[in-house]
Parts: sequence; structure tokens; C-alpha cells
Amino acid sequence: MPPYRSIVASSCLLAVLATPAGRAEPPSANFSRDVLPILSENCLLCHGPDAGTRKADLRLDVAESALRRDDPIIEPGNPDESEFIRRLTTDDADEKMPPAKSGKALTAEQIAILTKWVDDGAKWGKHWAFEAPVRPEPPAVARPDWARNAIDRFVMARLEREGLHPAVEADPATLVRRLTLDLTGLPPTAAEVDAFLADHSADAYEKLVDRLLASPRYGEAMASDWLDAARYADTNGYQNDFARTMWPWRDWVIAAFNRNQPFDQFTIDQIAGDRLPGATLAQKVATGFNRNNRTVTEAGSIEEEYRIENAVDRVETTSTVFLGLTLGCARCHDHKYDPVTQDEFYEFLGFFNNVNEKGVYTETRGNVPPLIAVPSAEQEARIKRLDAEVAEATDAVQKSEAGLDARRSAWEETLRSEPAPADSADWGLRFPLAGDLKSGGTYRGQGEPTWVDGPTGRALALDGQAESHVDAGPGWKLEPADPLAVAFWVRPLGDGACLSQMDDQAAFRGFDVCILEGKVTVHLIHAWPGDAIKVKTKDALPRAPWSHVVVSYDGSGKAEGVKVYVDGEPAATEVEADGLKNTLASDQPLRIGRRSASLPLKGELADVRLDRRNVPAEEARRLFQATILDVARSADPDRTATRKGLLARYYREHVDRELPPLTARLAALQAQKAEVEKAVPTVMIMEDAPTPRPLHPLKRGQYDLPDTSRSLTADVPSSLPSLPAGVAHDRLALARWLVSPENPLTARVTVNRVWQRHFGEGLVKSSENFGLQSEPPTHPMLLDWLATEFVRMGWDLKDLHRLIVTSATYRQSSRAPAQLVQRDPENRLLARGPRFRLGAEAVRDNVLAVSGLLADRLGGASVKPYQPEGLWEELAGGAGEGPYVQDKGEGLYRRSLYIYRKRTVPHPVMATFDAPSREICQVKRARTNTPLQALELLNDVVYVEAARSLAALMIEKGGTAPEDRIAYAFRRATAREPNQDERRVLLTGLTHYLEAFRADPAAANALIRLGERPIPASIDPVELAAYAATAGVILNLDETITLE
Amino acid sequence: MDELQIAQEMNRRLFLSRSGLGLGSVALGSLLGRDASGKDAATPEAAGGGAVGAMPGLPHFPAKAKRVIYLFQSGAPSQMDLFDYKPAIRDRRGVELPDSIRMGQRITTMTSGQKNFPVAPSIFPFAQHGESGAWISELLPHTAKVVDDLCIIRSVQTEAINHDPAVTFVQTGSQLAGRPSMGSWVAYGLGSMNQDLPSFVVLLSRGRTDQPLYDRLWGSGFLPSRYQGVKLRGGKDPVLFLANPSGCTPELRRRQLDDLGELNGLRHQETGDPEILTRIAQYELAYRMQSSVPELTDLSGEPKSVVDLYGPDVQRPGSYAANCLLARRLAERGVRFIQLYHMGWDQHSDLPNQIRAQCRDTDQASAALISDLKQRGLLEDTLVVWGGEFGRTIYSQGALTATDYGRDHHPRCFSIWMAGGGIKPGIVHGTTDDFSYNIVEDPVEVYDLNATILNQLGVDHTRLTYKFQGRDFRLTDVHGKVVKSILA
Repeated sequence: MPPYRSIVASSCLLAVLATPAGRAEPPSANFSRDVLPILSENCLLCHGPDAGTRKADLRLDVAESALRRDDPIIEPGNPDESEFIRRLTTDDADEKMPPAKSGKALTAEQIAILTKWVDDGAKWGKHWAFEAPVRPEPPAVARPDWARNAIDRFVMARLEREGLHPAVEADPATLVRRLTLDLTGLPPTAAEVDAFLADHSADAYEKLVDRLLASPRYGEAMASDWLDAARYADTNGYQNDFARTMWPWRDWVIAAFNRNQPFDQFTIDQIAGDRLPGATLAQKVATGFNRNNRTVTEAGSIEEEYRIENAVDRVETTSTVFLGLTLGCARCHDHKYDPVTQDEFYEFLGFFNNVNEKGVYTETRGNVPPLIAVPSAEQEARIKRLDAEVAEATDAVQKSEAGLDARRSAWEETLRSEPAPADSADWGLRFPLAGDLKSGGTYRGQGEPTWVDGPTGRALALDGQAESHVDAGPGWKLEPADPLAVAFWVRPLGDGACLSQMDDQAAFRGFDVCILEGKVTVHLIHAWPGDAIKVKTKDALPRAPWSHVVVSYDGSGKAEGVKVYVDGEPAATEVEADGLKNTLASDQPLRIGRRSASLPLKGELADVRLDRRNVPAEEARRLFQATILDVARSADPDRTATRKGLLARYYREHVDRELPPLTARLAALQAQKAEVEKAVPTVMIMEDAPTPRPLHPLKRGQYDLPDTSRSLTADVPSSLPSLPAGVAHDRLALARWLVSPENPLTARVTVNRVWQRHFGEGLVKSSENFGLQSEPPTHPMLLDWLATEFVRMGWDLKDLHRLIVTSATYRQSSRAPAQLVQRDPENRLLARGPRFRLGAEAVRDNVLAVSGLLADRLGGASVKPYQPEGLWEELAGGAGEGPYVQDKGEGLYRRSLYIYRKRTVPHPVMATFDAPSREICQVKRARTNTPLQALELLNDVVYVEAARSLAALMIEKGGTAPEDRIAYAFRRATAREPNQDERRVLLTGLTHYLEAFRADPAAANALIRLGERPIPASIDPVELAAYAATAGVILNLDETITLE
Repeated sequence: MDELQIAQEMNRRLFLSRSGLGLGSVALGSLLGRDASGKDAATPEAAGGGAVGAMPGLPHFPAKAKRVIYLFQSGAPSQMDLFDYKPAIRDRRGVELPDSIRMGQRITTMTSGQKNFPVAPSIFPFAQHGESGAWISELLPHTAKVVDDLCIIRSVQTEAINHDPAVTFVQTGSQLAGRPSMGSWVAYGLGSMNQDLPSFVVLLSRGRTDQPLYDRLWGSGFLPSRYQGVKLRGGKDPVLFLANPSGCTPELRRRQLDDLGELNGLRHQETGDPEILTRIAQYELAYRMQSSVPELTDLSGEPKSVVDLYGPDVQRPGSYAANCLLARRLAERGVRFIQLYHMGWDQHSDLPNQIRAQCRDTDQASAALISDLKQRGLLEDTLVVWGGEFGRTIYSQGALTATDYGRDHHPRCFSIWMAGGGIKPGIVHGTTDDFSYNIVEDPVEVYDLNATILNQLGVDHTRLTYKFQGRDFRLTDVHGKVVKSILA
């Protein structure tokens, strides 16, 4: 058993780096680094930028007020005469600053610093982060041989000042694992470890770095951090939390890292790619960065409220990510600490005030505008091919149409040479409606009936008014067994009954043929709906042109006995009532254009016929064709416009052999294209409205309290360099300003985040805030050197990573003697290498890779791996998109950055290990150590299955001896050989598990069955389960989930 | 490594943390992992009740309540159908809501298009109950019986008008995502009183017309994520991944943990990283939770008289009644903040039918919890809060008939109740106008309510702060006044 007492043996109360400088010597009193932080922390709340809460009209954040000569409070060079110092040191409770009720108090050391500063002449300056970094010379150090690059000189200088020594270089196995996990988020394979251990060339390490930076896994690992900052997710984040499709933007990010897009361009594309001249699709997709914010769909929400919240979110995200500033603090009042006024907040918001979006998209699923289609290469190729085919087919149709008249004339010519067809059989009742009602019927509408041009000559026009119809006499008393036929020409301009003999008041007894929603509808009714037939066509009649309709009923009492013919062809029908048993007879007359009281027709009718027989299909066709042929045979001058149109349409659709197949082909291609286009994902992008919205400050930050008396223009805070003269103050100007060489923040903030990735903490610990309340950098000169070097290298991220990871500082062993842990628990002084738990994605990805389960496909739609049942439903959070449907196969094993991110119900494998919910921008994760993590790694099916999978690898590939198999798994997990003690523990454990499962084979079978991967049939279940238990221990090692 | 050694190690570490050595507190007593910063060093002796992991100086003053049970009624219960009796408009069904009452206040876009705003008086009879004579609707017969233990507040108001921002506001003090929830503030400030359970536990139950909830409501925002609420679920895994996988017996698991502990111990010797010791302790705590949590959720030992008190629904895991009984068991075990959510109060239409069912599901168990805590002497130092995110409108959303109406969201006033934990029992606080539309007396902001809850826990809401982005944040932002007149 290990002797724990020897570790951290002493309980001496060492101060843990109370300040980054360690303060062993008399205080230095540099204004920006030493004085301003004290003022900021203790004084500026009442004597700072916010005019609203300022006391005694005194500001301690600007020289004009603090060093005023009128009624001075500071006498440079003379602290004893300075009211400022007197107030800090007085015993008079009424005069003492800060006042007791503020809860603030200065330490003796802080007072000493302020006193020394006044004594030194009270030199004023700016907060360090607001001054552009000046490239410092790497300092001279006592052990220059240790330094591999400039970084190490800065680090060494600090260590020497602290009286500390750097650690030895980590051993090669540790280094290859550290570097691979760090740069790719995945562990090295056994072969990669071996190759590195075997490479004794001087630049073996540098070659490894180059290989890893060139791996596509690098882009995935870097994207994980960026997605937090950009609050990327797969749902909209409010209320029902509907799905959205932003993964094409995520894939753009991965690709940008992999092709090493310089960070300045990376920034410009994301902030304002759409505003670049000749913006490419990729540049527009990049602007999805600022559409990743949550969007409201909750019914009842107020538009402007959330349009403003969207803009505020973009201000906060953009300022945090690029500037390390908390501009959001100035939304309701002037910033309490940093030189940002409330007006300046709204000026900055002005850059995001014109986005062409709504604040609320009520209950809208999926992406909301502005958006753009992002076809895959394959989709793009298919669409291009289809476009060409459509163009060609369109051309063919047009050519064929051009020859149509000529072909028709030739056809007409042949018709004229044939004998005239005989009219069809006589019909019992016939109403030609050809300009008068002489052959029967009485018009019941107002005034005279209206006659119009029709297919057979004149036709009756009905206006849809309640009384506008023709009483067509007594008709017949029909019984269910009587067959019935009806024929007419109709040009429907609305719905209504064409012909009826029906009593609306007697449960609609009778029959009708009407147009309902454009469809020919036939009723044969004794009593609606129990004793009736209702049949309607599936397709509606065309609205403008004339159609010929024949309805025939065979007297069977069944719906199937009803046939409908449109333009001579049988029409597909559907049945809504089926079963006529009793009489249709009523006292109502036959009516043209209405039922007894309802359904007045709006439209035109001609040649209405009625008979008590079943009309065969052939006759229906002939009846239609007779009219057409009549037109075709008539001399051209006799043809009315209607008859001409009728003939042309008939020829085109029924006679011409050339055009119909061409038209059909064009329609098919267009349908294909529509289908492909429907499958193309979209992504939400930035796009400005054509007319700029007015920009006003909002009182108390409230959307409904704009101060319309004052109009603002988009701009950057005046305490930072201004926009260049003459440029439009738009997003593009903002984007370029962020990465301009004069900007004091962006490069520092960016290198600090990169540093944070490699060492676990940034040089500035508060990586989200570089303002006055930030924590001062541990190595200020190093920060400035890195920032200037980064810009000098052309914002090259891979070069920046290379610079850091090839430093001796990074290559140190992370072994930490007890004294050093006490002295510097967070490793801020860098007297050892980094050691910290992997991020949420890497915890899972590492285990998947170690156990051989990882699916390495890059990009694409997000995936849904194992998740306990019911998580969405418990919160009613499935409301937005139904229950979580777990993927099958590959989707279970993809890298964690592809896991579907539902904001209101984060996936447990992510949330448990401190991945943020992505509701707001976050540039730094907590790194907790909790029992829930233990439970997850021990019991979640993803890890249980991984242990079983690793066990199978141990048995199949780890040799035959148990010790070898254990060493094999151990190496996969840690990249190193287990030592004797570790071998002993694991081997006795394995023996124990084998015994236990031999005694309980059912348990073995149950354990190995978990997860969807098939169980290797060749392995004894007892053995597999026992190895799985051992593999589980190895996968749960602190070392396995830790970057060492 | 055996149990004894683990215990020794823990004692040693506890000693270290008592002596103020900033190595981070080991999580004895809450789900306190520590983040690598180690900045949340704890002074366990500071908090009352033998708490571990409290912030220095907390509680600020002697606490009246050691723990909170918050019965959150999600969706917004209709105040005028439950607690806010309005006899003056009993006969004014269908009359237009006077402009003098509405005063142009904003309403949601679900009803802003309505041509009319007809007054819909509650159709439910009210009666006076208890010695206090509080008016309670017939929908709450059980609550009516414990009314002398309650302090009914009819004058809470909020700033939000839609569910998402409103629930987020009540629970985190801000309408927008990103702030810590009340429970995590309390866990962060006061630490835990239990060795084997989380200090902030969340229980959910579904109702009738459910509006979704969000993990952020019990999230820790910018506080370290160990302070976030741990959701206890109905069913076999009350805590996610609590149960060993099938085929993994307790003996096997114990052996694995022993091996793991020994290996991690070896690695600690090698690297010197104290984080590894925390990891060992967390695995042991996880193991203890595997017994403490099932013991907690196993209701079979509860006497029939107690089970009956909560009503028949208590037998259904995951029901509101079962959660109320669990809440009592959590309170007994010293869990600091117990947050229930019951969904389904969002009655835009068909309100009379839906609210009847909703009350059937909740009334008996809410009242039973009060009686049960009281008979065990726990009510004294347990603060129970019942309430939703806003109120509902007196005017009908949609058609108003003699038996049917709906109500839209109403932020200007709503009713909640509090009990125990040093709150005056048997009183009614605050008055609204005849239409239950505006507050005419004693308005209570959400900030005030939250300040009062913290106050009962011995916390000055202005002094429980966390520095983030360079600013000292607190639950009540820059607002909040303790509602002194309801304190016992």
C-alpha cells in the first residue's frame, strides 16, 4: 500500500500566490499593472465611468479628474500631502475610504503600492490591455541553454525571480500522448507511440508536431473550443427548443482550422463574410457564427424584445470572443469599471442592428431566415447536371411547341377529308343553352340570362347569386335501380351545382352533379348521409378552360356504379358515401346551376343532357370528340376564340405524338431537381436589411424604452482605436477593425485562449475578460510577445500552436513535488508541464479510440449516440421534436463534437464533464471532479461497451499471457508500460474477476451483452466479461482521462 | 486501498481544509468536486448544522431555515381560481375589462389581437378556512386544511410575460440564460449537511398541458458545475448511471473500485497531483451514493398512515405526490435545496376542466408535505415555497361561456404561498384590485421573494456573490428587499 503520509506532509499555511508577482520585494508601483487593478476593485464602483452612481464628482479612472489641480486630491511626489492617501489611512470611520458599508477594504500592501505610486510622481497611464502590445525582447536568463524558443526565456525569467527551477523534460511516451491528445483530441495509436519512441533523430518531436497539425483531427479538436465560444448548437434554445441546422457552419469551422485559414481572415469571414465584395458561399456560411444565438419561437412573445436580445447576444459574444471585454455590462448603464459608456454599448450594437430577421418566429421549426442552401459537393454536381438536362428538355419542348400549329393544321386537313361523325344516341332531355331557352327551362335569376361564347356555340353564364339558375321542368321520379346519365360542358369559375333534382330540406333527397373545390362531385341521395352515394373526382377541373363532363350511374345502388368522364376519359374518383337503398324522388324540379336552395354555380354551362340509361365509356368519349371534330372541320372564320382554344388544347393533349412525351420528360426532371434541392441543408447566415433601422439608446436597456430623442451611429468604443476615416460603419468595418494591427486586444485575447488550451489556464486567467477587473497576466511580457509574434506570423494558428508546444516549457514533466503543489497549485508559474483532466469531448473520444470503437468520419449532420431513455420527455423537452431517437451503428461511435446539442436538455456525456449548454458564449470551461463523473464512466453503456470492446482487443491482439494482455490495454490507454505494482494490481484483479464470472456465467453473459456491437463469438463469455472488468478499471484510471 | 485508508485520507484532507490550506475541499457531504483552480476552499465549521463546503462567513446571521423545499408549479397557476378571491366581479361575467384596469399594459401576442377582453370571474366557489379565515377555492380542499400553516402572498409580480424567460427569471434572477439557479447559489454559499447526497436535488413531474422545462433552471451558470442541481428521476436509475450495469455485482464493483483506488493512489505517488486524491474520493462517494440514493427513494418503509396522507398517486414513481414524499425524505437527510417542478398549469383554454385535474394531482400531496413535516418537527426549520412563474388574466382568452374560459399569461400579479422556516403562519400578504389585475397593496417582486428565501437561510442576499467577468454577481442582481412583514 502506498504511504500517503509522505505526500503533502506539511500543513504549513503558505500563501498561495496572493498576487501573480509573488511580492517578496518592496512593491513596484506601475500604474497599469499595480495601481489600476486596486482602484478598479475598490474605488471605481463609486468613482468610475458610470455617471449614474458617481460620488463626489470624482473619477479615479481618468487622469483629468484624479490628478485635477483644482481642489487636488493627489500631490504627485508627496503622499503625505495627498488627500487620496489620507482617506485610505485615516481612522475616522466617516472619512475612511473605501467606506465600511461597501464591504471593500484595502490591505496594507495595497496601500503601500498606492503610496509608492504617489511618491513616484503619480504617473498616469491606461489599463494595460487597452494599450497596443509592444514587442518585448526576451529577457536574459541564467540558464539560456534550457530555452528552446523565446517563450522559455520569459518563463525562465519568472522562475528565476521566484527561485524555482523548471522540471525535467517529460519522457517520450508521455510527450507523444500529451501532444496527440492536445492537438487532435485523440490518443496516439500504439504504432504511433512506437514510431515516436524509435525515432531518435534530433527533430523527432518537431516532426511529430507537424504530422499532428496536418491531421484532419486537428481541425475537429480546435473546433470543439470554438463551438463553445460561438454558442453553436443543434436547437434554437428557447421553450420548445426546436431543431435547427447549423452543422454546415460547424463543418466550415473544422475545414477553416484544417486549411489553417489565418485568424484575421477567419474573423472577417465570420463577422462579415456576407459583406465582402464577391462573397463566396463559404464566406456567407461563415457568418453563421452570429446566427448561432438562441432564437425565440414561443407563442405570444414580443418581436422587438427578442430582436434586441438577439443583437445584445451578438454584442456580448463578439466582444467576449475577440476583445475579451464584457460590453454587456454597459447595456443598462455606463460600465462600472471599463471605459465603455452606455451609448457606446448601443453604438456597438449598431453593427448588429440591421440584420434582416424577426425577433420571434412563432412556433417555427427548423432554420429561420436569413438563410442559404449549402449543397454538398455531390448534391451540387447533381443539381448542375439536372440544370443542364432541364435546360435541354425545355429547349426541346419549346421547339416542339413552335411546330405545333403546323402539325395541327395538317391534322385538320385530314379530318376534313373524312366523313362527318354521327352525333351520339338521343338523350331523354337536352338543354343546349345555345343563346336561348327555347328548347326548355325557365331562368329564375334577375333579369335576362347572360349568354357567352362556348364550345358548342353560345353558353349560359351563371354569376353564383342565390337565385341565378334555370328551372328545367319536372324531370323524372328516380328510383335507386334506375340508371342515370348526365353530360355537359362546363367552365367553372367557382363551386356550385351544375345540374340537380334535389330537396335540400328533405335530407338532400335527389341527385346532383356539382363542382366542389373544383372537383366533379356526384350525389345520389335518399337521406344524407346514411342512404346515399357520394363520389368525387380526385383531381380538380382546370379553372379557366372548358371541360366536358359525363356522369353515368348503373342503378346498382353502389358507388362503384358511378363513373365520371372528363374530356372523354374516365376520371379517378373517391367515394365518400356508398349505399343508396331508397327513392330519389321528390317534388323538386330539375335545376341547372343550383340545388333546391344551395350551391348556386359560378361558371358557364353548355349542352346539358340527361338520360335514364347507363352510358358506356365509348359514348362518353365520342360525345366529347364530336364537339372537337366539329370545330376542326369548320372553316377558320367560323371559329370563335373559345372553340379555337378548345381545339388547340385537344390537339396538344390528345392527338399530337411529339409534344406530350417531351413535356412529361421536362416535368419529371423538374420534379427530380426539386427533390434534390429539398434535401440540401440550409444554414442561417447574416444579412442586413436594405433599409437601416434607426439606432437609439435604450433606457435601462429595455427594448420598449428607446430614447428616440437621440440617434446613434454604429461605432467602436472611444477608449479603443477608432475605425479608419472614410469607411462605412458596418459589420465589415468592425470585422477589419477587430484584426487591425492597432487593436490592442484581439491578438492578446486569442493567444491567451490558445495558451489556455495547452496549459489548462491562460496567462490571463480570466480569459473571458481583459478589462480592468481582469486578473493580471502571470507573464505580461510573454503575453505581449506572443501577441505580436502571432500578428507578425500572419495570424497563423498552426504556427502559434507549433511555437507553444515546441517550447521547453510545454515539454516539461508534469510531475509535481509536494512543495511545488503547495506553492503553485494551479501551475501558473509553469515550473512543470500541464496535467489536467481532458475536456468532455476528449474524455469520450479517447475511450472510444482506446477501445477501438471510434468512427472517424468527418463532418455532416449531428449524431445521437446512447442516451438514457426519457431524458427529453421528462422535461417535456421532446415537445419540440418528439423523443430522442438513438442512432444505429456508426452514429453511436462518432466523435463527441458531432453529438446532437439540444440546448435545454444537454447530453449527459457532455454536461457531466463540464461542457456548456451553449446557450451563451463561453470561452473557458470549468474542470470539475465529481461523483457523477465516476458513475458515468463506470456505468453508462457507452463506457461499459467500450470496456468490453477493449477486452476483446486484449484477447485477440494482446498476446496470450494475461500479463501481456493487461500491458497491451494499459498501453493503449496511457501510452506507457505499466510498472510492477500496476501489473500486480491488475493481474490479481483479473484473476479475481475470472473466478467471479466462472462462478456466475449468467452475470458474464449479461455484462457482455450491453451495447449494440455484436459479441465476438470466438471468445468465451466468462473470459470476455472478466477482461471487460479489468478493461473497465483501466478506462476509469485518472491517468486515462487526464492529459499528463 | 481499503476503506480504512480512504477514510484516513479523507480525514487528513478534511483537516487540511479546516486549517485553510487551499488544496480544495474534498466532497464529503455534497457533490463537491473541486475545479482545478482550487479557489473554493471551504471552512466547514462556518455553516450551521455541521455543513461542509460553505463559503467563509456564511451563514451571515443565524438561519431560520436550514433547507428549502420549492414546489414550483410550472406553467403559471390561475391565481383568481385558487387563492385570490374576487367577489366584487362575481356577477360581471362577460363585461369588458375596463381600460382603467388594463392601463395599456403589455399583453402577449396570443391575445393582443383579440377584439374583446371579457371578464371571466372564477366559476369556483371560495370559502374561508382555518382560524386565519383565508379564502381558498374549492379546488384546493386539502390545502384549505393546512391554511393556518401558510403565508399566502397574493401580490407577487414579475417582469416576464412568456414561460421561458419567466421561469428562468424566478429560478435564476435573470430572464436570460447563463445565471446560476437559486439552488446552486445556496449549495455554493452554504454547502451541504449530508455526506452521501447532493446538496441540491431536483424532482420533476408531468401534468396536463405541459410547457417544457430546461436544464438551465437548475444549472450552475458561471458557478462551478458541481453546484448544479442533481435530478432524481422516477424509475430504476434515480440518478443517471447510478445502477451498476447488469452482470456487474456489488462485490465485483467493490473489487474494481479497490483496484482502481490503488492504481490511482500509485499514480498520485508518481505525479504528486492532488487532483487524483479528489478523484479517488469521488469514486468512493459515487459508491456510497449507490446505497444512499436507493435507500432514499425506497418508500416501502414508510408507514401506511404517512403514505395515505399523500394520496394514492404516491405509489406512482415520478408523480408529484411521490416527489413530495421524497422531498420530505430528502429534507430529513439534510439536503439543502429540494426543487420540485410540476408541469401543466398553462391553461389558455378549457381552464375549468384542466385546473380541476391539475389540482387533483397536486393539492393533497402539497398539503400532506406540510402536515408531514410539521408532525416531525421539520417544518420549523424547513422553508416550503409553492408558486409558479406568473399569473393569469382575468379576461378570457378565446370564447367565454357559463362553464368555460381560458386565461392568458399575466405578469402583474400572482399568488404563491410559503410555510415554515421562520415565515409567519396563517397570514395573507398583499392585495390586488377587484380584477386581480394590478397590485394595490404590498407588491413583492421576484427579487424580493428570492431575497427573502435567502434571508431565511441566514444569507444576506447582497453579500452572497461570485466574481465572474470581473463583476460580483448575485442572485438578486442589484435588486431585492427582504419582505420583513411576513417574517415570524
